[in-house]
Amino acid sequence: MSGGIRFDSVSVAYGKQVVLDSLDLTVEQGEVMALLGPSGSGKTTALRAVAGFVRPASGRVFIGDRDVTALPPHRRGIGMVVQQYALFPHMRVEDNVAFGLKAQKAARAEIPGRVADALEMTGMASYAKRYPRELSGGQQQRVAIARALAIRPGVLLLDEPLSALDAQLRSGMLAELARLHRELPDVSILYVTHDQVEALTLADRIAVMDKARLQDCGTPQELYRRPRNEFTASFVGNANLLPVSVGVGSVSLGGAELKVDTGEVAPGVTATLCVRPHLVGLGPGPNSLSGTVTEVQWRGATHRVFADVGGHSVKADLRELREPPALGSDVTLHFAPEDAVLLAAGVTDG
Amino acid sequence: MLVHSRKGKWATWALFFVLFLPLFALPLLVIVAASFAGHWSGAFPSGFTGEHYSAATRGESLQALTTSLLTALGASVIALAAGTWAALAAAALKGRGSGTSRLSRLCGRTLDTLFMLPVAVPSVVVGLAVLVAFSKPPMILNGTSTIVVLAHALLVTAFAYQSVAAAIVRLDPAYEQAAASLGARPAYVLWRVKLPLLLPSLTAAAGLCFALSMGELSATMMLYPPDWTPLPVRIYAATDRGATFTGAALAVVLMTATLLVLFAVSRIRTKASYR
Repeated sequence: MSGGIRFDSVSVAYGKQVVLDSLDLTVEQGEVMALLGPSGSGKTTALRAVAGFVRPASGRVFIGDRDVTALPPHRRGIGMVVQQYALFPHMRVEDNVAFGLKAQKAARAEIPGRVADALEMTGMASYAKRYPRELSGGQQQRVAIARALAIRPGVLLLDEPLSALDAQLRSGMLAELARLHRELPDVSILYVTHDQVEALTLADRIAVMDKARLQDCGTPQELYRRPRNEFTASFVGNANLLPVSVGVGSVSLGGAELKVDTGEVAPGVTATLCVRPHLVGLGPGPNSLSGTVTEVQWRGATHRVFADVGGHSVKADLRELREPPALGSDVTLHFAPEDAVLLAAGVTDG
Repeated sequence: MLVHSRKGKWATWALFFVLFLPLFALPLLVIVAASFAGHWSGAFPSGFTGEHYSAATRGESLQALTTSLLTALGASVIALAAGTWAALAAAALKGRGSGTSRLSRLCGRTLDTLFMLPVAVPSVVVGLAVLVAFSKPPMILNGTSTIVVLAHALLVTAFAYQSVAAAIVRLDPAYEQAAASLGARPAYVLWRVKLPLLLPSLTAAAGLCFALSMGELSATMMLYPPDWTPLPVRIYAATDRGATFTGAALAVVLMTATLLVLFAVSRIRTKASYR
């Protein structure tokens, strides 16, 4: 079984509307790739192009070494789990899981064992005789995953698999999915989500999509610490995005000089400075920002302080304060030079 | 009920009894009353007797009932098979999203129109058309039971088509796609997933077709051979020669038989609905 998925400048259009614009992306064998983006970003379309439910207007899709662009869905050898599970309501759990094996004419003697294995792996073995309607959402999701895994696919496609679950179940299922992947290290997983936490938790790499295009791709750490553009910075984790004019080894924000690594950004241009809220501290420091408090939110373990700095809103996530600053009071915030990332303006507009 | 005040409820019930009962229930009650009547000269029937029923369930009348049941069964089976097939084909032609050409969408809509036609065309016309079409070589069916079943099938297929087509539109494509992603060929998906999920609508369509065929008269009149007389024709003949009470008894038999079959079908439906 050779795994991995490769998009070779895949474009998809409905009529004149381009919903996926020349996507180039490779998912290695055994890798978890999250396609992260808002709705309408083209991420689900990309997944459906792998599954065979949309036909690319141009480009090729490969699963392993096989060009599957022209193959119908049932000949692609994929496992797929969708948001609404789509369990067959007229079949018991065990028949749902056995469906793929029977459809592919697996040896009859082998089927019960493989069904049991798949149900065991997802912790649903004791529900084999139930009907889908007798299961909770989380249980149905496990059955859907068992059904997809029973055919031992080289590629597993997950389309927002957790978005129909409540928050608590979701974090449990995230851990389950991570465990499943450790048990099946050869399976490539393409995981479509709009939830950055899911992507950051589960993925080996994240492909950030917006407006039908791939915006950025890298490991969660890379994208979080060194986003390449404003969209990634704001979509993967929270970010303060401040317009600054670039100098040599420093930038200026409304007159205040801030020391940051300007990297390859040429002096004299306007750029965006990205600072994560939890890396902003209260009080004077190496890079100080003076402003007025506009809002204070208590969030249990932290306080989120919003300050107006020269017309720009800056948020800081601070460990719970004994005496939070009063609304309207003057406040000084700071951040370390190495915690800021300078984003050249204009790179987001493709 | 959406009416909450006590007065409003009474008013609604009163309206129901005044308007709907006379319109829907009374004619049927009159038929039932007439079927037991010895004579009916005043406002109410008199001289109650079960004689009409013993006549209505014997000999030629019994044979007419059997004929009706067989015709309706045959017509429903043909209509269901043809209607379902056509509805599935039309849905596939019309497609969803990208990948369907303008030509195939046009074909799908043409199928829609074609199968709607027998609803729009009066059944007398359909009967005449079938008579003319199959009275000359190469297909001579005139004077056979087949032509009656065929005409009934033609008339009721439209209803089967419509109700199955509506159900296909409501069917979540996710089931079909999940099945395909698991490696199931389209025929396997149809047989194991789509048709079972459509089963409640298919049985509803079957019931509708059966009931319509049981009551069909106008096209049948143009086509029926002497050895294949459905019950409605016999009812018509009885009332035509003045035997109204016999006709009424036959009508009650027809009604009861149809209702019994519909009831049986609805039992299958309850079993077939999953959610």
